[in-house]
Amino acid sequence: MTNRWTRKDLLGLRELTADDINFVLETTDAFKEVGTREIKKVPALRGKTLINFFVEPSTRTRTSFELAAFRLSADVINIGATTSSLTKGETLKDTARNLEALHADIIVLRHGSAGAPQFLANRLKASVINAGDGAHEHPTQALLDLYTMRERRGKIAGLHVAIIGDILFSRVARSNIFGLLKLGARVTLVGPSTLVPREFETLGVEVSHKIEDVLPTVDVVNLLRIQHERQRREYFPGLGEYIRLFGLTKHRAKLLKPDCLVMHPGPINRGVEIDSEVADGLQSVILDQVTNGLAVRMAVLYLCGGISA
Amino acid sequence: MKPKQNSSAGVPILDAEAIRRALHRIAHEIIEGNSNLKSLVLAGIPSRGVEIARRIAAFIREIGNAEVDSGIIDVAMHRDDVGTRKELPVVHASKLPVPLEDRTVIIVDDVLYTGRTVRAAIDAINSFGRPARIQLAVLVDRGHRELPIRPDYVGKNLPTATREQIQVRLQETDKEPDGVYLEKQ
Repeated sequence: MTNRWTRKDLLGLRELTADDINFVLETTDAFKEVGTREIKKVPALRGKTLINFFVEPSTRTRTSFELAAFRLSADVINIGATTSSLTKGETLKDTARNLEALHADIIVLRHGSAGAPQFLANRLKASVINAGDGAHEHPTQALLDLYTMRERRGKIAGLHVAIIGDILFSRVARSNIFGLLKLGARVTLVGPSTLVPREFETLGVEVSHKIEDVLPTVDVVNLLRIQHERQRREYFPGLGEYIRLFGLTKHRAKLLKPDCLVMHPGPINRGVEIDSEVADGLQSVILDQVTNGLAVRMAVLYLCGGISA
Repeated sequence: MKPKQNSSAGVPILDAEAIRRALHRIAHEIIEGNSNLKSLVLAGIPSRGVEIARRIAAFIREIGNAEVDSGIIDVAMHRDDVGTRKELPVVHASKLPVPLEDRTVIIVDDVLYTGRTVRAAIDAINSFGRPARIQLAVLVDRGHRELPIRPDYVGKNLPTATREQIQVRLQETDKEPDGVYLEKQ
């Protein structure tokens, strides 16, 4: 079998084919196995330098990429928002030049502006991995969600997935929608009409504003965090009202099919989008997502970073 | 007896019967060389090495009346040329019985050439534990070693020129009749 991967960058799932996505998922199987070994480190990216460049704060995604890089024997440097004073345009271009001057092989970028990873990728020989750009895409999160669904349910095609919450501002939702539709799943978005406008239907998904209608029919619920930091008052009904209308309470969770998976990209707002009993319940695969995220990121770093420039 | 000429793969070296005999003999040699068959683990390198290991294990079952453990050892992420090639090797999940302590692991591959794949396999096996010993079985040894590595069990020694290529075809992995061919470039 020859390798079907030829991309140096991973910027989003929109530009990937179903074949590309499946290839990443298959490669992830191999890297997940590494985590079961006595020595959980392979020399695949020995001698490569990875820069974790997180202009927006993040703990779990940054840590996950960092650990993934360690397990592939790459050297890692972390640059946070405080060590740079970037916004957009020329300053990002300057940063790009500086990263190039450091001979970085792989740059993992999280940035508040949609398109920032694309901007760097177009200008650098280094691989650029999008770790979340504005409300645009968060491809590795969607890939780990897909991987977890595939692991639990065998395949993605034919699954009915509900994505619940703040869709409008969610790069996780966007990447998930692209990935799920390409692999043949049915997607229903659920939330208040201000956060889940009907325009999303043009992507090929269904939209519902009534969670009780959707819960009994789906195979997966993916709950998104209510992003207080991005929220503007006029979009949001208020926390109390949100919980009352859209929270996955333990009472509502009884509507789910017994084998329905409960997913959440984290960090969880317990008692807001999900009750503790549900987050820690038998249907929850939230911690599997974290474990799989590590393997997915190893696969992505290996595929993008392992290709000769 | 000369194997039948195949379409495009090159000059026939071994036909299905010759491959069967070679693997049968390797199984005999493995039984002779290892008093405790229970300690054996056959570790095939994907994808043809895995199939060859399966066949050797079947012969050992038949001749030695013993069940030997088999596994898969993927070498892609342990290679020393990642980042220097246009095309990345495809990674597969390894699968070995653990623990490997006090076991004899026999690496199984179709063709032994530079020895770099075998070095990567030894490296990979060590990340699963510390076996008592590691041995090597190959269907064809074509020479041109770049590392101090030698096989313990060989189906066919075949001196080659570096510009030549050895093509192995197995029914299970290639959907073609079993055969080994020498291709001149």
